[in-house]
Amino acid sequence: MAATGARGGANFEDEKVLLMSLRAGDQDAFAWLLDRFDGPLRRAARRYVSSDAVADEVVGDTWLGVIKGLDRFEGRSTLKTWIYRILMNIARTRGVRESRSVPFAAVGGEGDEPSVDPDRFSRDGQWVSMPPDWESQPEDRALAREALDVVRTAIESLPSSQREVINLRDLEGWSSEDVCNALDLSETNQRVLLHRARAKVRRAVEARLGREVGS
Amino acid sequence: MSWVRRMFGRREIVCREFVELVTAYLDGAMDTRTRARVDRHLGACPACTRYLEQFRTVIELTGQLRETDVATVDPVTREELMAAFAATRGD
Repeated sequence: MAATGARGGANFEDEKVLLMSLRAGDQDAFAWLLDRFDGPLRRAARRYVSSDAVADEVVGDTWLGVIKGLDRFEGRSTLKTWIYRILMNIARTRGVRESRSVPFAAVGGEGDEPSVDPDRFSRDGQWVSMPPDWESQPEDRALAREALDVVRTAIESLPSSQREVINLRDLEGWSSEDVCNALDLSETNQRVLLHRARAKVRRAVEARLGREVGS
Repeated sequence: MSWVRRMFGRREIVCREFVELVTAYLDGAMDTRTRARVDRHLGACPACTRYLEQFRTVIELTGQLRETDVATVDPVTREELMAAFAATRGD
């Protein structure tokens, strides 16, 4: 049975309850949906179009699309991925007009470079030397901020499919299944994209924060 | 992950291979045998253990970006959307 939520009403974490409430016109349900997903949708939209203003319009149109399309939603995917796909479709149209690339499902052509420079391994495949330790003092807020900046910049310069997967998986915390549904990817392809993205970000952090040997 | 088995056969995993397997390892997307090979390698290789830790750090840092990027609905838009919802879904 559904537990009562904070408002003393239905438990909207349960998607069946949420969907039923939305279809019944429950304002609390829609408010819950807005609060939960508007932020992530705005972050996603900004990745696809050239300005925050346009991103806001895309998100607004997405919510209108959600409201209108609730009856048609068949529940084959989660509400989250369905909403996200509405966003993608709208953003794709705007993106094309603005010549921005919206992520597509292709895995190839984005550089099949290895995660680590092959020179760092001996012929029999072992590390020639330890990966350098990363500068870190937990109390050092400047370092922490710097690390976040490096990560943010590295992610922003990823090819669009890799950027999308790492954003959804590691930033937004989506499951592998939801990401595959949202982006029409096989689990393997999704994992390859994620791995390449993470490896690139790791390289960027190492370049900035890796302690020089002997320093 | 039968392709891993085909590639590695009965050999132990070496560092250059491990760095390509990290995401599959963290996702728990490995068969028991391959996972055991990776665990054995990690137990004997401080370099790869550090590499794995760095990967985990990167994932954690990426997650922290969510908190630094607060995007809230401005009240006007929220009101308009609630009204649109009421108009369409109300009876």
